[in-house]
Amino acid sequence: MELLLDSLFNGVAIGSVLLVAALGLAIVFGLMGVINLAHGELMMLGAYTTYVTQLIFKLPILKPFYNSYIIVSIFLAFIVSGVVGILLEKTIIRKLYGSPLETLLATWGVSLILQQFVRSVPLAYGTGLVISLLIALFLPTIFPLKIKESINFKYYKFSTWIFAALTGVLTGSLISSSVSKLSRASARNVDVTAPSWMRGQVEIIGTTFPKTRLMIIVITLISVIAITLFLNQSAWGMRIRAVTQNRQMSDCLGISTEKVDIITFGIGSGLAGVAGVAVSLLGSVGPNVGGNYIVGCFMVVVLGGVGNLLGTVFASFGIGIMTDLIGAGRLLSIWPDMPLPLSNTINFFATTSMARVMIFALIVIFLQFKPTGLFPQKGRMVEN
Amino acid sequence: MSFSKIKFDKKIVLSFWIILIALIIAAPTLLPVFRLNLLGRYLSLSIVALGVDLIWGYTGLLSLGQGIFFALGGYCAAMYLQITSSSEFPNNIPEFFALYGVEKLPFFWEPFRSPIFTFFAIWIIPALVAGLIGFLVFRNRIKGVYFSILTQASLLVFFNFFNGQQKLINGTNGLKTDVTQLFGQMVGSESMQRIFFWITAILVIAAWFFAKWVVKGRFGNILIGIRDDEPRVRFTGYNPVIFKTIIFSIAGGLAGISGALYTVQSGIVSPQFMTVPFSIEMVIWVAVGGRGTLLGAILGAVFINYAKSLVSEALPASWMFIQGGLFILVVTALPEGVLGWIQGDGPRNLLQRFGLKRKIETYPSLEVNNNEGNNG
Repeated sequence: MELLLDSLFNGVAIGSVLLVAALGLAIVFGLMGVINLAHGELMMLGAYTTYVTQLIFKLPILKPFYNSYIIVSIFLAFIVSGVVGILLEKTIIRKLYGSPLETLLATWGVSLILQQFVRSVPLAYGTGLVISLLIALFLPTIFPLKIKESINFKYYKFSTWIFAALTGVLTGSLISSSVSKLSRASARNVDVTAPSWMRGQVEIIGTTFPKTRLMIIVITLISVIAITLFLNQSAWGMRIRAVTQNRQMSDCLGISTEKVDIITFGIGSGLAGVAGVAVSLLGSVGPNVGGNYIVGCFMVVVLGGVGNLLGTVFASFGIGIMTDLIGAGRLLSIWPDMPLPLSNTINFFATTSMARVMIFALIVIFLQFKPTGLFPQKGRMVEN
Repeated sequence: MSFSKIKFDKKIVLSFWIILIALIIAAPTLLPVFRLNLLGRYLSLSIVALGVDLIWGYTGLLSLGQGIFFALGGYCAAMYLQITSSSEFPNNIPEFFALYGVEKLPFFWEPFRSPIFTFFAIWIIPALVAGLIGFLVFRNRIKGVYFSILTQASLLVFFNFFNGQQKLINGTNGLKTDVTQLFGQMVGSESMQRIFFWITAILVIAAWFFAKWVVKGRFGNILIGIRDDEPRVRFTGYNPVIFKTIIFSIAGGLAGISGALYTVQSGIVSPQFMTVPFSIEMVIWVAVGGRGTLLGAILGAVFINYAKSLVSEALPASWMFIQGGLFILVVTALPEGVLGWIQGDGPRNLLQRFGLKRKIETYPSLEVNNNEGNNG
């Protein structure tokens, strides 16, 4: 019983990382039919944001608040990845609308550029660039209507760009001069250390459990609840659901699908950033950190079906628990006197990498019976 | 993609062939061994690119897992070479087995003692694996990005499997071929590499003709039909599953041949052949060269890889930026690829923009080549 509980906890912990990482991907894929191969790199940006925030909170001014840096970094990571995602949507993905395979290739290109960017640009200036992007993208939207409609609006816009660039350079050099670790580019992995209140273990029903894992579960839980509330209760959430169901009809009814696309993509990318914070707590952060999770996320999306968050939740916990059951060889300890050939097979798959092999095989078998995933969208179209 | 492609003049085609054959004959004497070896490797990569062009350019299936079949072909060739030249090692099995305490050749490697079996295994095994994966996926009408994701996931699965199995296939270290013997000669030696270059060049041309034959006629038309409107093909009474499975396993077989040739020329096969980036790179060779133009795939593979090695030698960090930019650029600005652009309306549009050519109001086939009639 205790072993089973242990397995369940571990599985939930693995699954919650998968879930928070796949959540954004699932929403974007459901809405636009677009697979964002740069999703892993948006996670990586989130993880690096945690690192940068941690170092900035070590500065004398912010030192008293050091313990809360992880909470702050969740919000910052959401903003950073969201801004980069919005830029991506505005410049590339929008142009490729209706050709998902091309989008896939283009986003792969973006992911390569982001990886190399992190390697060869000092993080301080990277932060500055993100800040200037943030200003340039959002300042024009909060201008009063009078300015927006004036003939000289393009000059206003131009001056915002200059202002944004200046602020970016300024913050970049400020950070670079005050935090020496961020002033040089490096391809080496960095480590995020959890604040003191998150170290150690807690005991739940007889099993010990690392606090960081618990924190990740909490982050996931909050993200899922927030996104569910947003999609089901807010006006924009309703519009997003409408466009997901029937894009043309929603367009005809006056919903700005363009805005819906931007908002959804921004939120999806932002969630990737939040996932990045979670990932940074688990191990060291490097340019390739996203790649380790991305295929797992795809499997969650494929298994869960499109356009239904419940499917995503079930799929990620299912995969998580299966990973633990197979990968740690727990079936053997639960049922010790199993016949020999079976136990040999289980031992053969009892490593993390072989568990992946097994789970993929199981997913392919599952898709033979339910090709559209756990909770498919109902419809009578020829396609889909 | 436009169907109104310019037919090249016969003289141009003939002179192209003469130049090509002359270059292949001359290359081993003109180029230093290092560059010749690189060229040979890139030519072998162009065979896998041909396969990608068949499934993506003609059938619309974007596979991100061609590395599986590429590596399988490589492993078949490498294992044969290792087994045949293992007579001085204990138990007459390749050296690495002793490191992991394996005393008997694993049963599935037994047939690889025979050269004839290996010759067929190099392309039949990848083709069968591709056919199986393809059939399981296509049967459920899984397509589009779902197909791409599943191929990528299976790539990762194979990578994990090959990486983790030291006792069967030497895990991460892979199988070395350059110190093995073939026909009494060292595989890594200069004279053997020269022979491999010629074999590769001949096989590239053979594969090109084979691919041309595949896409010609009714079969090719159905492939294009599947790409452009699969439900309509199905409603017309064809079963797309069969055609997709066949073309996917053809591409797998080509990838296997390519992998074997690449392995003997690079001297090693390892799970690195099955990494995710490498398989996506194969797609970009085709995209840049021009999808749906078989020649474009070959040229794309050779030129991009050559550019890669040149850029990486000069500025190692910048290649990732260039490659990333290439992905974005070719998809947004040049979706037909370079060769597709030349064969299509690209040059004419460019000349028109500078006022060097008369504007065409109706159809090119009516106004430009009206004495040839339309090319339907």
